[in-house]
Order: sequence, then structure tokens, then C-alpha cells
Amino acid sequence: MSAALEVNNIEVVYHHTIQVLRGLSLAVPEGEIVALLGSNGAGKSTTLKAISGFLPLENGALASGSIRFDGRDISRTPPHRLVRRGLFQVMEGRRVFEDLTVEDNLRVASYALSGRGEAPLPFDAVYEYFPLLRALHRQRAGYLSGGEQQMLAIGRALVARPRMLLLDEPSLGLAPKLVEEIFGIIRRINRERKVSMLLVEQNAAMALSLASYGYIIENGRIVIDGPAERLMADRDVKEFYLGLGSAGRTRSYRDVKHYRRRKRWLS
Amino acid sequence: MEYFLEVSLVGLAVGGVYALIALGYVLVYKTTRVVNFAHGNIMMFGAYFFYTFAALLGLHWALAVVLTLVASAALGAGIERVVLRPLLGRPAISVVMVTVGLAAVLHGAAQMIWTPGDFFLPSIFPDAPIIIGEMFIPSNTGYGFLVALAAILIFLVLFRFTRSGVAMRATAADQVAASSMGVNVPAMFRLAWIYAALSAAIAGIVVGSITTLNPTMGLIGLSVLAVVILGGLDSIPGAILAGLIIGWLEALTGFYLGGAYKDVIPFVVLIVILMIRPYGLFGTPEIERL
Ligand SMILES: Nc1ncnc2c1ncn2[C@@H]1O[C@H](COP(=O)(O)OP(=O)(O)O)[C@@H](O)[C@H]1O
Ligand SMILES: [Mg+2]
Repeated sequence: MSAALEVNNIEVVYHHTIQVLRGLSLAVPEGEIVALLGSNGAGKSTTLKAISGFLPLENGALASGSIRFDGRDISRTPPHRLVRRGLFQVMEGRRVFEDLTVEDNLRVASYALSGRGEAPLPFDAVYEYFPLLRALHRQRAGYLSGGEQQMLAIGRALVARPRMLLLDEPSLGLAPKLVEEIFGIIRRINRERKVSMLLVEQNAAMALSLASYGYIIENGRIVIDGPAERLMADRDVKEFYLGLGSAGRTRSYRDVKHYRRRKRWLS
Repeated sequence: MEYFLEVSLVGLAVGGVYALIALGYVLVYKTTRVVNFAHGNIMMFGAYFFYTFAALLGLHWALAVVLTLVASAALGAGIERVVLRPLLGRPAISVVMVTVGLAAVLHGAAQMIWTPGDFFLPSIFPDAPIIIGEMFIPSNTGYGFLVALAAILIFLVLFRFTRSGVAMRATAADQVAASSMGVNVPAMFRLAWIYAALSAAIAGIVVGSITTLNPTMGLIGLSVLAVVILGGLDSIPGAILAGLIIGWLEALTGFYLGGAYKDVIPFVVLIVILMIRPYGLFGTPEIERL
């Protein structure tokens, strides 16, 4: 079966010198949620930027490998074209337009449908997912709380009627209760609107509870991947990403493997 | 007191035209983060376009205005495409220097095309001055103000309420986020340059009607740049208010202290205000990116 999104063996370099991704591959099957997990600086956002075409804006480049969306190579397609084809990224840190009202923020997202012959999702439908936003629709986005801004960021994505959503740490900086609410809505969007998703998170437990499959990235490489239930049951994943282990979180998954191997040799 | 009111009114009328010129700087700066030193000369070209259509070709003034707007929009779009687009991502200072060079090129081109001499624009305003009670406002200044005011309002409406205006403001706020939403950012840059050139053309016709037309007209743009900095480079309300303030101060100092002070006092006020508020009246603190 071919996936909606396929990333094959990509290498990403910033400023011609700093290599961040080293032969990373992943796939998102049609209609599913796939989690990409890893600690700060592992290369999660870089992976999403490579997919959505934003590397050139940060003086980064895809040095090798390929990226396919719906079977077509997209490694050289400019970002606004990709969005118009249905690949929408909700960027890290929400990035709402602070001077614009909530409604104008949604209106900007309607540009994603330019040339697609489809009307944007009516704002009323967005407000059904996020009733809070309806009451705030004339407010400037800059005055919204972090949680409300995250709702707006996802609301903009809804307006664009995407087929694939790239979500970069939607839980960042939100209170646990809000995180649960947002993730519930992400799940609904996936089911009701048949949107495939690549979900980047540090909150691994939450992300794996939604996803069907997960990848764990360290230092620009996938170090483990598998069905979500299997990852949740995996001892090392539990210890290092689900916060259930006894060891400190300073060591990495690779260190564990070394350590185990050494132990095996010694015993 | 009676003079004070009359002088103030004339000053505010001139200030309205400054505000229209300032608006062009702000539209381009806000959207593209480029301080366009060629703006005054784009305005001068607008005035020459009108002179060409109305005086040299003898067209009806209304038709000449329309053709001037079309030609100026093309000039703005052309400059964006040919001069600015290849510089995307370059350091701000090199881009600014390129606009300084562009100003010189436009100045030279105007001298070559239309000769350095003085011309009078065909008059489009009624001859009779505007009389309010005892006060007397010269026709070109008074009607010029009304035209500038109308133009400012139209641009405000375009910027605030149209779909492309919303996209332009989104681009101004966060280019990457705007493009992640399907906005074609270079197309928004082009639109900003077109709006700026259109506002410049209207200002050029008004200024050319109040004074005379020659290739040094663009210098007004440089003194208006001071207005823009006073208002805050990225603030439209700031540009409008600062335009009115500078026009008013110029008129008052010119009348009470004499012409020599007219060019000095407003700038002293500018410097004092900037010492208190380094980002201008309404600007945001990120202007050091300049
Ligand atoms: N624009 C950039 N220029 C240089 N290095 C960068 C840039 N963006 C990210 N990096 C580096 O790439 C690595 C991965 O960053 P990122 O993809 O943002 O990680 P994550 O999203 O997993 O926290 C980090 O070491 C970071 O410092
Ligand atoms: Mg990140």
C-alpha cells in the first residue's frame, strides 16, 4: 500500500554546514495519525520544514533523499503551492497573526484554497470544533491565551480543508486539561474530516494514545519505530519517553542500547 | 488668533498630502521591510505621467488621471519584480542602498525624458479659493487636501477590509506563517509596491498642482521620510498623524518665525520626540532591524 506521505532517506543541512537530519525515513498512511517523537533539538521541526518546503527560508536545504505527497515528488515545491494541494502545517509556537482579529486569521487561511475550486470551510464549522473562538471572533489574536491561540492555529488549518496535517507540538506550554481537550479535537478532525496527520510531540504518551504508528527520532535519525501499542509497551520507550522509568531523562535511547549490550557482554 | 486658525488650516491641508506620501513608505515597509528611498521619485514620475497625458497628449484630465494610475502601478510592479525580488533574503542595508541607487536612476531618467526645466500641470481644481468664514485656503492646497484624504481613506479600506488587504497584513506580521497558509508572499510584496506607487502618483499630481513640476520634486519624499519615522515606520495611523503634525508645525513656524525656521523647527520637534519615543509615535520596537 502506498502512503499519503513518504519521506525517504532525507539529509538536511543548515547554512551549508550544519547537518541536522541523517538519512531519515518515515511514512504516513492515508487517513491515519502518525506520531514523530523525540526530545528538544532532535530534528522534529526540521523534518516538518523539509516536508512543507520551508527550509530555504532558514537557509537550510535538502541535501539528499526524496519526499512524496500523494505519490508526487514535492521536494522542490514552494510552500504556498503545497498548502494549496492540501498539505497544511500548523507551526510550532502557534504563529497566530497577533494584530489581526480571530476571524481575519481564519480568513487568511482561505488562501490555501486558491485555485482548488473548493470553498473554504465555513467559519461556523470551525466554531463547532472550537466554541470558544466564536465568542472571541472579533478579538485581536494577540490578546488570546495560549490555549485559545492553539485552537485558532488549528482552526486556520480547518478552514484550509487539508488532506494532510503536519502538527508541530500542539501541546507546547499548555495546561494538562487543555492538552487533553486539544488532542480530543485533533482526533475528531482526523476521523470526521478524514485528515491524515503527522503529529510531532514531546508529550509522547498523549501522542501515542492518538496515533496508530510512531517514530522516535534522536540526533536526526529514527532510532525506533512501530505500531503505537508496541511502542507504549516497549521498556526503553517507557523509560525514556513516557516518563515511567526510574532512570533520569538525561541519557538517550542509544545509551540504553549500548548499556544493555555491554551488560550482555559482561554477564 | 484669526491668522492662527487660517495658517493652521493651510498647514493641516499640506500635512494631509504629507500623510498620503508617508502612507506609501509605510505600506512598503510594513509588508516587505524595505525602506524605499526611491518613493519620492516614484511620486515625481507620477506627476510627469500626468503631465505627459494631460498636457503633452492633451487628454481630458480624468482620462489622464486614470492612465497615470495605470502607468504608476506598472512602474511599482516593475520595480518590485526587477529590482527588489532578486534581493529577497539579502541584508536590509544592501536593499536600502539599492533603493537609494534607484532614486538616482529615476531622477536621471526624468531629466533625460522630460528635460530638467519647470512645468505647470494643467489645473484640475476649481480656480476659486476655499473660503470658510473669514478664512481663505488656496484652491490647490484645499482641494489637494480633500483628494489626499479621500485617497488615504480608500487605501485604509483596501488594507483593512479586503481579502488581499488581510493577506497583506498577515504577510506584514509573519511572512512564514502567511505562506504556510497559502498566501503567495512575493505576490503580496508586488501588491504593496503597486499600492505605494498608486498613492505616490496621486500625491504627485496634488504636489505638482500646488507647486511646479521638475525632477527635484522627489526631494519632498526625503523630508516626508522624517514624517514617517516620527509616526513609526510600520504604523499607518502614525504616518497620518505625523503628516498632519509636521504640516501644521511647518505652517506655524513659517508664518510666525519666517521661512528660514520652517524647515528647521519641525525637525527639532522630530528629534525631541524620537529621543522620548525611539520607535516613533506608534511604531513597534523592532525597527532596529533597519
Ligand atoms: N535555522 C537553523 N539554523 C541552524 N541550525 C538549526 C536551525 N534550525 C534548527 N537548527 C538545529 O537543528 C537541530 C534540530 O532542530 P529542530 O528540528 O528545531 O529540533 P526539534 O524540533 O526536534 O526540537 C537543533 O540542533 C537546532 O539547533
Ligand atoms: Mg521543534
